[in-house]
Amino acid sequence: MAEDNVLVDVQGLTMYFPVTAGVFRRKVAEVRAVDDVSFQIKKGETFGLVGESGCGKTTTGRAILQLYRPTAGKVFFEKNDLCKIGGEELRRSRRNMQLIFQDPYASLDPRMTAGNIIGEPLRVHGLVKGSEFQEQVAELFKLVELEPRMADRFPHEFSGGQRQRIGIARALALRPKLIVCDEPVSALDVSIQAQIIMLLERLREELGLTYIFIAHDLSVVRYISDRVAVMYLGKIVEITGSDELYDNPMHPYTQGLLSAVPIPNPRVDRQRKRILLTGDVPSPVNPPPGCHFNPRCFAVKAGCKEAEPELKEVTKGHWVACHRA
Amino acid sequence: MSETTAPVAAGLKVKRRAFLVDVFIRLVKTKPLGTVGLAIVLLLFVVGIGADLIAPYGYNEVDLGSRLATPGVGGHVLGTDHLGRDLLSRIIYGARISMIVALGASSLAAVLYITIGVISGFFGGKVDMIIQRFVDAVMAFPGLVIMLTVISVLGPGLMQIVITLGILGGIGGRVRVVRSAVIAIKENVYVEAARAIGSPPFTTMMRHILPNIFAVIIINFTVEMGGVILTESTLSFLGFGIPPPFPSWGAMLSESGRRYMLLAPWMAVWPGLALSLVVYGINMLGDALRDLLDPRLRGGLGRYGRLKGVITK
Repeated sequence: MAEDNVLVDVQGLTMYFPVTAGVFRRKVAEVRAVDDVSFQIKKGETFGLVGESGCGKTTTGRAILQLYRPTAGKVFFEKNDLCKIGGEELRRSRRNMQLIFQDPYASLDPRMTAGNIIGEPLRVHGLVKGSEFQEQVAELFKLVELEPRMADRFPHEFSGGQRQRIGIARALALRPKLIVCDEPVSALDVSIQAQIIMLLERLREELGLTYIFIAHDLSVVRYISDRVAVMYLGKIVEITGSDELYDNPMHPYTQGLLSAVPIPNPRVDRQRKRILLTGDVPSPVNPPPGCHFNPRCFAVKAGCKEAEPELKEVTKGHWVACHRA
Repeated sequence: MSETTAPVAAGLKVKRRAFLVDVFIRLVKTKPLGTVGLAIVLLLFVVGIGADLIAPYGYNEVDLGSRLATPGVGGHVLGTDHLGRDLLSRIIYGARISMIVALGASSLAAVLYITIGVISGFFGGKVDMIIQRFVDAVMAFPGLVIMLTVISVLGPGLMQIVITLGILGGIGGRVRVVRSAVIAIKENVYVEAARAIGSPPFTTMMRHILPNIFAVIIINFTVEMGGVILTESTLSFLGFGIPPPFPSWGAMLSESGRRYMLLAPWMAVWPGLALSLVVYGINMLGDALRDLLDPRLRGGLGRYGRLKGVITK
């Protein structure tokens, strides 16, 4: 990986949330939402982040954008460590990185018109003067295939898919380089999902965007991502190219996840052997010793309960954190 | 490009006005008591503003020849008091005082509790804790005692009443109401979205928090108005309010109303009736507005603004 091609370099990102109790809000424990996560994202790449709910994928996205200030670790965005800057400087750097939200119903202010929602970033950063505002907003509407004349409508007058387009247009308003898509299609129905995915793909090509694509729908992630990281209990267990991951999953957890994806052919589906993961995800307050996955792993062996496996490159570009790999 | 600018800008204005018009239409349609309340409040304002034109006599026009006149006698529709002053005129001028006190004190209070409540709720943490302990302390005091103390220091007068009631109303329990509304709004994803686009805290508060707690503010403002009018009357009744000869309803009840209660009961009946009617009207209006504006109650505006079909562009 050529060094100067890297847009985002995450090193040892850690995000603990304190659990407090009592009158004096003593810290009694901490939730290890994200625990020592490292990866790099190249310019123009779509980086998928998958895992069960509660595994820390959303928190990772938020921590990269500094919406949560990480407990430890570094996030280099074009060689600037975002964790070190704050205040006005951080506010200005938000122009380069934006977020698309999961819930298109909650992420738009019900009392603002669509035009004002989309144009808000331009106003906040003082990028437009009076008359240009309407023009720019109209352009953003067209960019996400909405009609500019809808600008004076309120969010509740739009459908879910249209609302998500508004959310996307808002994220694009500042011409960012990186967009974190936090489950952008999970709240939509399937036919709309496809439209939004196509739109995101088109925008990436036209505008040269880089995506971090967070999702739990594995087929969507395979379709849109170049590389995929699988998270489990705050840690990355496997990173590799998306086709490699789906064709040759090495971590038992990944294998279990993939085996849960339905195959749209009942004959094939009936014949394959499903790996059923038993049990629940352990509490991130008190993760199991050794490999976090060992209580649920079907291939657990002696060392798994003692040592935590390192993320290591097994074949070229395929990193796995498992003692068996 | 001016062609696209105009309709969009115009559209915004239409919608803004439409919100209040919409509330008004639904008030009339679904809340008869609230409509009566609104009528009473409007009547209070009209009478208060136009007192000079409406009142048949001056508020301190003494006519010793017709003291304690029975209602209807000698052109005094509501009778006269012990100094021969026309009671209708005094009630009408009293409406002006009630109006000034209600609007002035509630507005001052609103500015305070909105500012403090929004800051407390939005920033949370230590700021919130300090502010809330302060509010606790204020609420622990008996309000009337503070007011009597402050006014005996400042001296009686309309301005003193407005400022005292306004400040005391603005740092008490309503701070907490606004704060909890802000905390609820703050958790919405669109507030996080504002942060993600780099919106500074003050801008976020003005653009996202305030418009979304608008309903709470209207309701609090209305309820506060009723309370303030009553408190002013209480103070005047106790002799700490508007000094004579200004015709505060509360003062009219106490100063002479009590003394002549058996001889000329109308002296106490009219101001008491006016007071009850106005406070009742304001409370009814406040109740109706709460029902209409609180999205959690059925028939309200719903989660995402007004009901569909009510507004057609």
